[in-house]
Amino acid sequence: MLAFTIRRIFEAAIVMLTVALMAFVLFRFVGDPVNQMVGQDTTLAEREELRERLGLNDPVIVQFGRFIWNAARYDFGISYQVKRPVTSLIAERFPATFELAVTAALFAVLLGIPMGVYTGIHRDSWLSKLFLSVSLIGISLPTFLIGILLIYVFAVQLGVLPSFGRGEVIRIGGWTTGFLTASGLKALILPAITLGLFQMTLVTRLVRSQMLEVLRTDYIKFARARGLSDRAVNFGHALKNTLIPVITIIGLQLGAIIAFAIITETVFQWPGMGLMFIQAVQNADIPVMSAYLMLVAFLFVLINLIVDLLYVWIDPRVRIYGREA
Amino acid sequence: MKRSVISVAAAIAVAMLALPVEAKTFRFAFQGDLNALDPYALNETFTLGTLGNAMEGLVTRDKDLKIIPALAERWEIVEPTRWRFHLRKGVKFHNGEDFTADDVLFSLDRALSPESNIRTRFAAKLRAEKVDSHTVDFVLAVPNPILHAEWDSWFMMSKSWAEANGATKVQTKSNQLSPFALKANGTGPFMVENHEPGVRTTFKVNPNWWGKPQHNLTNVVFQTIKSDATRVAALLSGEVDMIDPVPVQDIPRVKASAGTDVLTGPELRTIFLNMDQVRDELLYSDVKGKNPFKDARVRKAVYQAIDIDAIQKRIMRGNATPSALLIYPPLFSRAAEFQRHPYDPAAAKKLLAEAGYPNGFALEMDCPNDRYVNDEAICQATVAMLARIGVNVKLNAMSKARYFDKAGAPQKYDSSFNMAGWTASSLDGLNILRSIAGCRDADGKGATFNFGGYCNPVVDELASAIAVENDVQKRDDMLAKAFRIIHDEVGMIPLHQQALSWGVSKKVSMAQRADNRILFYWVRMQ
Repeated sequence: MLAFTIRRIFEAAIVMLTVALMAFVLFRFVGDPVNQMVGQDTTLAEREELRERLGLNDPVIVQFGRFIWNAARYDFGISYQVKRPVTSLIAERFPATFELAVTAALFAVLLGIPMGVYTGIHRDSWLSKLFLSVSLIGISLPTFLIGILLIYVFAVQLGVLPSFGRGEVIRIGGWTTGFLTASGLKALILPAITLGLFQMTLVTRLVRSQMLEVLRTDYIKFARARGLSDRAVNFGHALKNTLIPVITIIGLQLGAIIAFAIITETVFQWPGMGLMFIQAVQNADIPVMSAYLMLVAFLFVLINLIVDLLYVWIDPRVRIYGREA
Repeated sequence: MKRSVISVAAAIAVAMLALPVEAKTFRFAFQGDLNALDPYALNETFTLGTLGNAMEGLVTRDKDLKIIPALAERWEIVEPTRWRFHLRKGVKFHNGEDFTADDVLFSLDRALSPESNIRTRFAAKLRAEKVDSHTVDFVLAVPNPILHAEWDSWFMMSKSWAEANGATKVQTKSNQLSPFALKANGTGPFMVENHEPGVRTTFKVNPNWWGKPQHNLTNVVFQTIKSDATRVAALLSGEVDMIDPVPVQDIPRVKASAGTDVLTGPELRTIFLNMDQVRDELLYSDVKGKNPFKDARVRKAVYQAIDIDAIQKRIMRGNATPSALLIYPPLFSRAAEFQRHPYDPAAAKKLLAEAGYPNGFALEMDCPNDRYVNDEAICQATVAMLARIGVNVKLNAMSKARYFDKAGAPQKYDSSFNMAGWTASSLDGLNILRSIAGCRDADGKGATFNFGGYCNPVVDELASAIAVENDVQKRDDMLAKAFRIIHDEVGMIPLHQQALSWGVSKKVSMAQRADNRILFYWVRMQ
């Protein structure tokens, strides 16, 4: 187990370095950050001076080395636009993204699993067909369109939910939360649905197909033959056995939700990291972009690691293999 | 009966007492962020414009952009190179300190420091001398009739406050901002209450302001809403009272809605096309060994091939003002003398044939897609219009960060044909001659932002004479002469002033100034 963990951590470090290198190569093509920082009349000499001061004239390899050295000490430099340390910007923005992602994931799981179970058991009922049609919308419509539709209906037409922002937040230490105020909770509804809809349909369809498969297996037939109630068979035996792949997917999707909250955050002006990243890209704000990419890579690596370790723990077959390795 | 009369009277009395202190909160949303609150850190219209509600300069501009007194009550030119400013007495900063000449001297030092981004607002070798506690002299190396033209956004800072708060420098060594970035201490009619960068900034009224307020607000809330659709939705649903901008395609919808309206008007910025006239062989073209744009007939052919009315009607949906000048016409007294070269594809074809390109030629055009209103669509239309006279253009649309890198000085003007926009920041024609229509070399020395490199030494000589001419009449004559040369030779192709479009709730009345600053000291709410 220890050898397995150490090996995975080593692999993770290599992934992080690769992401950093690729990010740096890409930054050569995003354009000139200096132009976004100065006024239109600023002379060439002044621009050159600023470029020198920011270290943009150094060779890429020197810039990269400096970046890695600082990043290893959790220092991502100063944002060109906002002119504050990137780490404190991320610390400010992370709670918004995290709360949105967790709510969206909960929405996906708490609605997705029951819908999956229902459609698995009652394959031909009209409700199942309705659920599946709804899930088709979730898969086929792009996120920004769903967001705009929800805003149009619930904010403009009905006027019951806010169209943008996070509402009132309460500060607890370094964390800001919208969970504790009415306006914060109301502001969370539309973005969470928008962000979680795709994951919900994924969970529904996954649970459904797993249920269909499990319900055909011999041990379910035996369970029924023993005269167990439908409830015990469906939930105690069938659902339990469908959950291992579902947990894996949910774990990985949580990373995806955080990473791809960009669109939802832009549509709802949700003050999270994704919105910060989009603004950074438009202004070629390299310190923010690189820090965000590293953070997302780190999240994925971390979640992968946890999922792998959970696997070892849950599934005895993997544990045996892990011990041998 | 008697009791009800008393209670009505009491209610009226309460209402009358309550009226002056009734909270009126103006909420507005802009597409970009209010970045650093340090007024010398970032030279950006929106940030400086919004800060202008909380901070003030020696001068300011009225609703028609005319320079009027602010923290200086009056000023005079005592010698051609010495300007005397008499400061307003009894002005206090938000923290209660008095505003004096020492603050002006400190503000000038700070604004001229190497880390400052507003250094371009000051004439070369400018010095300030304190005459007494409320009089300051500015001493110039050479005469400059527009010394104070950009001082409406050079905001006065308090010397003692900056020293006490460690904000004497714009940036520390590590490029980090001074503590001022998150606070602000000005003299203006509003005070910054709370600033969460990228999320929300709140202002409250300054009860000790020296002037007579024209607004009736108590609080102001600013929020960024980046997505166009969401910004419009926030206005329609009444969550905000004003948005900037309303996307062109949403203007009818906002107008049709019962509670909202759109304020439109021309913006200072002129959109125009640049043609490379520096290189001996045009880049990205099928013409080898020569550069067709060095021939004024080819440039004029391109000009006359562009159907500006079609761009104005179809692409801008009426929200643009076609222009023959590179400067916003109301800023130049003789603007009426200039008319566009007429749209005439047949004449354009003839000009091309005369210049030796009867079958046209091919080239590439660079265009930003996130900088100006409908920028990419205008370029696409241009491409289609030029195809009709045989000039085949391949369009490269890109983000502004990449565009200014490629077409501008950093990549040595790696572009043959491109679209740009420019605002004369001093609101004066000289800025046009110096920055976008003067000569430059291949590296950008000279008029750095002249992306096409048009060059006529006569125009440069006129610019040098205009710079030191204090006589308005003579100055305007020379400006007209220079603009006439650029127009006749088609140094660049002006297209239009794009329109400002602000969405406002019908509860709000406010002034819209062509420089697109959101000045809530002119906002009145029902």
